[in-house]
Amino acid sequence: MNPDAAEQFRIVILGHVDHGKSTLVGRLLHDTGSLPEGRLEQLQLAARRRGVPFEWANLMDALQAERDQNISIDTAQIWFRTPRRRYVIIDVPGHHEFLKNMVTGAAQAEAALMLIDAREGVRENTRRHGFLLEFLGLRQVIVLVNKMDLLNYAPEPFRALEAEYRAWLQALGLQPRLFLPISAWHGDNLAAPSPRMPWWRGPTVAEALDQFEAVPPPADQPLRFPVQDVYRFDERRILAGRIESGRLKVGDRLVFVPGYKTSTVRSLERWNGPARTVAEAGESIGLTLTEQIFVERGAVGAPEDAPPYALTRFRARVFWLGKQPFAPGRAYRLKLATQEAACQIEHIERVIDAATLQPLERPGAPGVHRHEAAELTLRTRKPIAFDPRAEIAALGRFVIVDGFNLAGGGVILDDRYPRRTADSLHKSPNIYWTVGRVTAAQRARAHGHAGRVVWLTGLSGSGKTTLAIELERELFERGQWVYVLDGDNVRHGLCADLAFSPADRRENIRRVGEVARLFADAGVICVTAFISPYRADRDAIRRSLPPGQFVEVYLNAPLAVCEQRDAKGLYAKARAGEISDFTGVSAPYEPPEHPELELPTAELGVDECVARLRDFLAGLEEPAAE
Amino acid sequence: MLLDELENQSIYLLREAFSQFERLAMLWSIGKDSTVLLWLARKAFFGHVPFPLVHVDTRYKIPSMIEYRDRLCREWKLQLIVGCNDAALAGGRTYPQGRATRVECCSALKKDALQAVLHQHGFTGVIVGVRRDEEPTRAKERYFSPRDRQMEWNVEDQPPEFWDQFQTDVAPGTHIRIHPLLHWTELNIWEYIEREKVPVIPLYFANERGERYRSIGCYPCTFPVKSSARTVAEIVAELRQTRTPERAGRAQDQESEAAFEQLRRDGYM
Repeated sequence: MNPDAAEQFRIVILGHVDHGKSTLVGRLLHDTGSLPEGRLEQLQLAARRRGVPFEWANLMDALQAERDQNISIDTAQIWFRTPRRRYVIIDVPGHHEFLKNMVTGAAQAEAALMLIDAREGVRENTRRHGFLLEFLGLRQVIVLVNKMDLLNYAPEPFRALEAEYRAWLQALGLQPRLFLPISAWHGDNLAAPSPRMPWWRGPTVAEALDQFEAVPPPADQPLRFPVQDVYRFDERRILAGRIESGRLKVGDRLVFVPGYKTSTVRSLERWNGPARTVAEAGESIGLTLTEQIFVERGAVGAPEDAPPYALTRFRARVFWLGKQPFAPGRAYRLKLATQEAACQIEHIERVIDAATLQPLERPGAPGVHRHEAAELTLRTRKPIAFDPRAEIAALGRFVIVDGFNLAGGGVILDDRYPRRTADSLHKSPNIYWTVGRVTAAQRARAHGHAGRVVWLTGLSGSGKTTLAIELERELFERGQWVYVLDGDNVRHGLCADLAFSPADRRENIRRVGEVARLFADAGVICVTAFISPYRADRDAIRRSLPPGQFVEVYLNAPLAVCEQRDAKGLYAKARAGEISDFTGVSAPYEPPEHPELELPTAELGVDECVARLRDFLAGLEEPAAE
Repeated sequence: MLLDELENQSIYLLREAFSQFERLAMLWSIGKDSTVLLWLARKAFFGHVPFPLVHVDTRYKIPSMIEYRDRLCREWKLQLIVGCNDAALAGGRTYPQGRATRVECCSALKKDALQAVLHQHGFTGVIVGVRRDEEPTRAKERYFSPRDRQMEWNVEDQPPEFWDQFQTDVAPGTHIRIHPLLHWTELNIWEYIEREKVPVIPLYFANERGERYRSIGCYPCTFPVKSSARTVAEIVAELRQTRTPERAGRAQDQESEAAFEQLRRDGYM
């Protein structure tokens, strides 16, 4: 095979607008001898005839114009040759509003040339493009300091600029191969060393490019074989997919994560090719297994002793490209290798300006806007197999889909992720959550109010059930969606297995809190009437709800008054020792420290309490619309 | 990229398409590119082609193309759907019949015929063998490229594509074009044909008059180029030297750059 044709190295040229990209491309074509004989002279002549100065930056346009006249040149592939190989310049539109095109182009490249105008220095997009190179994982970078002619080819400004931009890239964790002083206009240091910069002893651009090597897929890392599909076209059951890292051979024992089913590679399948027993990173393969286990698209085949993590929550750095902000409380889909899962933001640590790395303060409306970055914790609806990006890149990066649109990318950060244990399989801290196409805001609009939990707490006899029932009637008559969860009632069913020990009381409250949260999620005002004596239990329920949706109401009545009321005769039994662990008598009550509302029920009548509750709820802010 | 890398990437893309689209078809123009694509599909799916092929017949195809098509369908057990704009042909609204420009003719006999087939079968994913290096408009393509209800291509606002994650979600009424050969060059195609011994239509080889087709299509608008290349190896050797663009023999491309770009935006292959 002709090595010339085989080796096509793809590069992308980046930088702030007007820093000389088109001039560099035109000049590189010429200086590397990649233009047809005599073509430059023709173009210069044509420019003179039209009375316009010849511009290197217009070379591409001029060739394009020739194409219109059916003269033979192909501009779609902008390519040039060095003695070593052919280079393809990937077309990246320069407009900063089209960062998604820059991302798309740079993601295809094997190396990047970052252009900086020596006079203008490091600009916003110079920094942002640096950020994105690191983010995308493009590590082969040369920084070209252009327009050195305008600074009389002096080394000092070049060194200063190098120091500044190197510091920026270092902060990002990117180590550029080289900083190189050039003048694209005059061809200094492009294909030949510049006589005007004798102080520069480094390579030319062409030489520096020739030093790059295509980065092979990581065959030496642990195996990651994401299953793309399972085929049963004939009697064979073939798992198809691409090896993202490592290698495998017939006879290898694999574990498929998540799911942790294991089996052994029986064969590698091929059509129209010699049979093989080994394959490695980068290859799209098909394999069969000895034991027929349930494996489907998304599962990741790995060595049993070095599997990926499989969790429903992880930390990531994301870059957002969508028109709508990436916001908490909204449902998205995550795609990682061949896996796909519903996801949402659990917690935003900080939103970052990708051009400064400075945190962006956004009180009131948390979210990641277009062209911003963020560090955050994501939660997925089902476990996702992954590795931190620093360990295995292909399993450490994902995209986020918003509606029909691919709207952002993310890389998984290191953290103290739990490895799988027998226990964590059964009792995961990462609870499933419901997702649908109806949002909280839509429900609120339809119901005329937001879903909430109105949590009444207080001693037995403080009036919780009475108030709950009256409040329910009052709100219902006003057309609101309201429902009461009462302590005695849930103990007949939901919590029939629980007694009154401290542990069982906690579990009782936890279950009620969970049910109340679901009601609130459904857009209902859920009024609960439970003694709920422990502060920590109530606070846990508060934390499980979005801010503002948990309304804690403390019915503050003196024990003596409650005991005097004793509608159910419970205090008497407790005093007589017939009931153990009775709150206020033989078990503690921890009053709320900062309840949303406190009602002295010993002093106020039922109507007054209900009116206060009603007015308080009416005065609450509705959750912000999306 | 080496041929193995090109092949691995194309197989990955074909398998993604097959996994993500329930209503999937592949366009087969009988030309070298879509025939290589067909070959790659047989590699990806272990000798099977698990979706129908769509051939848009303008009735002006060079006759040996149809013979070749039908022979491969028999031998490779392909499901074939033939699309044709009979109304335009009957009404004489074609370039050969004198009542349309070349671009208008392409639009009616290819684009409209394709749209009718896609609509009739409800395809949401269509695999097409275009390459970035064919002409400038195609350089802007994505691997997974959404088309709207009218098949139109919004070049200015395309989805981002990185880390081999693609837009595979289809809004109702729209479809997605999948381009598994986007990163190949014309030379790569011929090197691959040589290595794999893909049976391409003999129109590509030089005849006794010293002419061969470099790109094939309808006979009124497709012209052979001067060449002495009679074998795949000779074509590979020729392409390493040439400075003539591949589609120089395709008259509709030359009407004007803008006209061809418009044709593509409107949903032409």
